[in-house]
Amino acid sequence: MLQDTLINQASVQAGWAEKLDQLIAQYKSMPGALLPLLHAIQDELSYIPESVYPKIARALALSVAEVHGVVSFYHHFKTHKPGRHVLQICRAESCQAMGSEGLEAHAKQCLSIDYHETSQDQAITLEPVYCLGNCALSPAVMLDEAIFGRVSKADLEALIQDAKKTEAQA
Amino acid sequence: MSTIVYIPRDSSALSVGAEKVASAISQEAAKRGIAVTLVRNGSRGLYWLETMVEVATDKGRVAYGPVKAADVSGLFEADFLNTEAASAKAHRLNLGLTEELAWLKQQQRLTFARVGITDPVSLEDYLAHDGYQGLKNALKLSAADIVKTVTDSGLRGRGGAAFPTGIKWNTVLGCAADQKYIVCNADEGDSGTYSDRMIMENDPYVLIEGMTIAGIAVGATQGYIYLRSEYPHALAVLNEAIAKAQQAGYLGDNIIGSSHDFKLEVRRAAGAYVCGEETSLLESLEGKRGLVRFKPPLPAIEGLFGKPTVVNNVISLATVPIILHKGAQYYADYGMGRSRGTLPIQLAGNIKQGGLVELAFGITLRELLYDYGGGSASGRPIKAVQVGGPLGAFLPESQFDTPLDYEAFTAIWAVLGHGGIVAFDDTVDMAKMARYAFEFCAIESCGKCTPCRIGSTRGVEVMDKIIAGTDRVKNIKLVRDLSNTMLNGSLCALGGMTPYPVLSAINHFPADFNIKDAAV
Repeated sequence: MLQDTLINQASVQAGWAEKLDQLIAQYKSMPGALLPLLHAIQDELSYIPESVYPKIARALALSVAEVHGVVSFYHHFKTHKPGRHVLQICRAESCQAMGSEGLEAHAKQCLSIDYHETSQDQAITLEPVYCLGNCALSPAVMLDEAIFGRVSKADLEALIQDAKKTEAQA
Repeated sequence: MSTIVYIPRDSSALSVGAEKVASAISQEAAKRGIAVTLVRNGSRGLYWLETMVEVATDKGRVAYGPVKAADVSGLFEADFLNTEAASAKAHRLNLGLTEELAWLKQQQRLTFARVGITDPVSLEDYLAHDGYQGLKNALKLSAADIVKTVTDSGLRGRGGAAFPTGIKWNTVLGCAADQKYIVCNADEGDSGTYSDRMIMENDPYVLIEGMTIAGIAVGATQGYIYLRSEYPHALAVLNEAIAKAQQAGYLGDNIIGSSHDFKLEVRRAAGAYVCGEETSLLESLEGKRGLVRFKPPLPAIEGLFGKPTVVNNVISLATVPIILHKGAQYYADYGMGRSRGTLPIQLAGNIKQGGLVELAFGITLRELLYDYGGGSASGRPIKAVQVGGPLGAFLPESQFDTPLDYEAFTAIWAVLGHGGIVAFDDTVDMAKMARYAFEFCAIESCGKCTPCRIGSTRGVEVMDKIIAGTDRVKNIKLVRDLSNTMLNGSLCALGGMTPYPVLSAINHFPADFNIKDAAV
């Protein structure tokens, strides 16, 4: 845990402390501020380092445990830095009906990782997702914020190869 | 003269290359020195034909689809912009006039009247297509009369619970409070459903108008749209539309010169299915873990931040404008029994022609699956359908003649839910689907009540034994017993309805569980 925190802090970008203060000031007085603030932090860093909990807790009059509780409750919030890209494969029923199980297995094999893991080259983090609202064109996957429908194994492989070559989206 | 060409910006259309088609058309037109004006409209909802490109003509729009970027130069070769040309008519992707497509023409689009026709973020376009007529009528009525109109229309909550919308509004109207809220539940997490997404991406103003009318009706001045984080396109469209509506005086203080104020904000959810349950949603909006609340108190009395709150689904709220525009009776004239009006049905899963079908209640599953859906995408027989999301029952072929009606579904121990229909062909293993239902519940349980938190995990374990062939009869009895506990002992629908897919799978497809009949 301590080691995680140290790694987290070390990897956080320069000027982050000021940025965090600015975000806290921006969201602090908003009703129900915690989720919008966490989103803003994740938008900035692509994850939510544990090192930000105490400052958030103080600003919103919460305990650190409460902040941790909220971060850990929601699947969307990441506590570790993901790869340059996040690939989400839909596991829900509509996509299952169109062979998403095969896609999942193929992605895991291509990347040599399981769900919630990042490929060794730090290019892609693989996540399951439960419905992307693209159910008329199942099976569906999402790469960062781009959605793809009627995805074949070959399509998925091409997506993965492209993503490995490219930098993260801003 | 520049020809207007419509290319959808809907995320499903984008998922099969609409953006590439749009840029290919721009580039090819520029190369050939042809003037085209691209309009990024919403999707008509004929998703198997996406990307559907439409060309404006005197007679209406002519559609081509499904267009791939690679088809674009061929379309120009065939002079596709000149829809009267013989070569354009003969092109293999030419579908004729969009409005004449039987799939679309036979529908009764009330909530979806503008979807696919207009540019979603253009307020001018919205106004030119009957937009804000409902609000104008509402402003002439008393609060009680707006609520009465909604009650008389027979509109029931389209999120799945089917509670009469007008009665919910009336409770909030009757509460005295210094602050009330309108909360739109846009946490559309059910697999097989995408009608909320379509409204938000393709006609956001109708949702904004519906929420504004709700605010005026119950005396709420603040609205929130709780939007799932999986919908980044909807987020961008909603934020743009809200800013434009505010600028034009349709949101904010003194709405279009009236004495009413209404402010609206989109809040991003964070990937928790249970937050589609209204009390869990409210907790999340307050910045907490999405734990389900005990009821009472009802959210209508003590909702967001302890204040009276209307929590309605996207489709319920987006249907309010047409009810206020055309009148309660106009809407109530559609439908059957106590299911009044229309339902935007979403065809999904293993289906040849998937898409959005808005029709009056009463159409049968069979008509939807075969007349609209064209059968399975794989060409194999449809073995089962799941209606109403991951907590809905699986229905076998023998139940395909059930009409879409809340009470008819209740009578066969199924739910209509949010109107999503997921088709499975005969390669599906229903024992695996039953296991998945428990697994999904375990992943998404908020953890507050024991039957859901523990029951879901025990369910996965018992299903694993059944699939492995261990003490099948004994273990199926155990699943039934566990389901009974979850059904009766869970705090909300997540644990309380997971038994629907599980037990319906056992009851209708015993062979997949390697038992002779379901009576064990």
